[in-house]
Amino acid sequence: MKKRTVSALLAAALTASALTGCGGKAEAPAQEQTAQSQETQEDTKQESSEESVDISAAEESGGEVTITYANFNASGGNEETLQKMYEAFHAENPNITVNIETIGYDDYFTQMQTRVAGGTAPDCYELNIENFAAYANKGVLAELTGIDVSGYNATALSAFQVNGKQYGVPGNFSNVVLIYNKDLFDQAGVTYPDAAWTWDDAMAACEKISALGDDIYGIYQPITFNEFFKVAAQYGGSVLSEDKTAFTINSPENLAAAQMMIDKIVKTNVQPTESQMGGMGDWDLFESGRLGMIPTGIWAFGAFADACDFNWDICVEPGGTQKATHFFSNALVVNKDSSKKEAAAAWINWLASSDEAAKMRIEAGWDLPAVSDESVLSGYLEITPPDNRQAVFDSLDYLAVAPIIEEYSMMADMITDKLSLAASGELTVEEALNQAQEECSAQIKLQ
Amino acid sequence: MKKKESLIQAVPFMLPSMLGMVIFSFLPIVISIVISLTDWNGLDKLNGETLRNSMVGLENYVRILQSEEFWAVLWHTVYYIILYIPLVLVMSLLVASVLNRTMRGITVFRVLYYIPVLTSWVAASLIWKWVLSPQYGVINQLLGYIGITGPDWLTDKVWAMPAVVLASVWKDMGFYGLFLLSGLKAIDVGYYEASRVDGAGRVRQFFSITLPLLTPSLFFCVIMALINAFQLFPQIQIMTEGGPNGATQVMVERIYTYGFKYFKMGYAAAYSWILFVIIFVLTLIQMKLQKRWVHYES
Repeated sequence: MKKRTVSALLAAALTASALTGCGGKAEAPAQEQTAQSQETQEDTKQESSEESVDISAAEESGGEVTITYANFNASGGNEETLQKMYEAFHAENPNITVNIETIGYDDYFTQMQTRVAGGTAPDCYELNIENFAAYANKGVLAELTGIDVSGYNATALSAFQVNGKQYGVPGNFSNVVLIYNKDLFDQAGVTYPDAAWTWDDAMAACEKISALGDDIYGIYQPITFNEFFKVAAQYGGSVLSEDKTAFTINSPENLAAAQMMIDKIVKTNVQPTESQMGGMGDWDLFESGRLGMIPTGIWAFGAFADACDFNWDICVEPGGTQKATHFFSNALVVNKDSSKKEAAAAWINWLASSDEAAKMRIEAGWDLPAVSDESVLSGYLEITPPDNRQAVFDSLDYLAVAPIIEEYSMMADMITDKLSLAASGELTVEEALNQAQEECSAQIKLQ
Repeated sequence: MKKKESLIQAVPFMLPSMLGMVIFSFLPIVISIVISLTDWNGLDKLNGETLRNSMVGLENYVRILQSEEFWAVLWHTVYYIILYIPLVLVMSLLVASVLNRTMRGITVFRVLYYIPVLTSWVAASLIWKWVLSPQYGVINQLLGYIGITGPDWLTDKVWAMPAVVLASVWKDMGFYGLFLLSGLKAIDVGYYEASRVDGAGRVRQFFSITLPLLTPSLFFCVIMALINAFQLFPQIQIMTEGGPNGATQVMVERIYTYGFKYFKMGYAAAYSWILFVIIFVLTLIQMKLQKRWVHYES
């Protein structure tokens, strides 16, 4: 190779790396800038500077409008269901046309962030809880007023309030129940769990089930922030003070909760350590019949019904000093800068709370609608397994709301890191919570 | 005079791609400098007003350089490089010398070694996750046959980074092997014939002829590998997500997390400029050092 060729190659390589490496990230905003100036022009034509939108007023606006709705939840199988829902909506509201954009989960949030910053965000869109927290706190969402709250599950609706203002409606709903392997319970001679169980009962059962064999374990509960804030609530604890102005991560209640979570790995080992898991997923472990209990989402029903060749059923998750259960819900929100907020609000409200949309959602086996009317949900109860499907609704009485703050993701990562250090035995539970408290307080500003 | 004229004639032909470069590459690079001086959250509309209001000067840079995390992350990257570069060079040289033989069907092998390069990192990482699985993975099975209990690889603090290195070497050795192969092909056969007459053995030939004459290709590979190593990201994101307990957190992973997960775009931009400076300085140093060890023919 001649010297000149080498330098030419190097020059090309450096340019290429600049293009892919440094350029890649910053490219998008520049692209969007041109689009943004067009958008601003459009905006000025139509009057729209209100930062809130009255949902009940939506029907009064008469003219033809076309709005854009972006979501990730329909991707991978439910695109058609969503399209059918829209057709039903359009039949009721012929003046509103909705352009539905369904984007895969992996790309959704980077794309949405870029579009919001570039001023080309859709009129209304879907957000998961972590991103909802950030978006609402950074003031890019319109406040929703005049919602008929009676149609919604109250806890789910309250999850999308920030400082007393409603910034989203719960578009879908799922919760977590305790799923257990009936055959393993029979073999170990333990009575099946019931709604009155506490973690003490569960631990006693775990030890008997674990004793069945070397590669059989009593339970699997992930060591994550998400799990922690719920178990904390079961012991009367919380990671934030009531007015959300201070962290209370190392409170005695939280310590009791974390101690229970970690002890079953490092002390009694009724839950496998990471290396005992051997790279297997928690669902795989349950499906292979090696796990007595797993508190997990109701979206596991389909997979377990297909994969498990043993009997299983569900029950409300055990509690500590009280009950608390997880739920997951995605927010449907309206873009603050949209010029068609009324139409956008009308669509997401219909999508989230109308009986028709709810029925289609259940029929398609998509997930649950977050509606208050349980008669709409009756079709859901008839599908087995599990036999005790009623436990899904019984669990709704104890919903724990995620501690939403602006820096939710950062807080979650910090606490998860410390907990996993405790799970691998490098820190005591107390040290882990103290360190988490210290780091969160130092690095995250609460209002 | 003549030069100027030809430049004028060239401009219309260059314009389309130049415009693309300026708009989609140079402009964003400049904007990202400005962003790195702000605490822009990545959601507020990106315009002059937002940037002016969120200006924080050099605060992001100061905070990054003062944070323990930055130095830990930098060390992880350096550790990766120390393991990766020698290994990938030796392996690619091996691949190149094997593929340099003249035998029937050699093109088939050349293609086979190049396939990992063309595979997407996402697919490759997922496969490596299985290969490295402590209980069910191929590697620990093989180690088991010779009586070694393999480590937990990706979930073990000590072994996670070597595991990532292993996967990266497997994927990249075909790429660098190809460059080295072309370097080998360019060496005049006359040198070997002459040295054989003088009584040099194969080992002597390798160290006295092949290696010195291959240094330009090796130099190119080292620089490329270094730049790529600093931009290490997809394999980490999929295989370990920076874990266990942050043992494989590297710079680009942090940039992504700050920019798109924690909504601290200014901080992330400052991080990427620090990364740029590091790569730039190291490349300059290598350009200077090359005089000492790179031999150009003629």
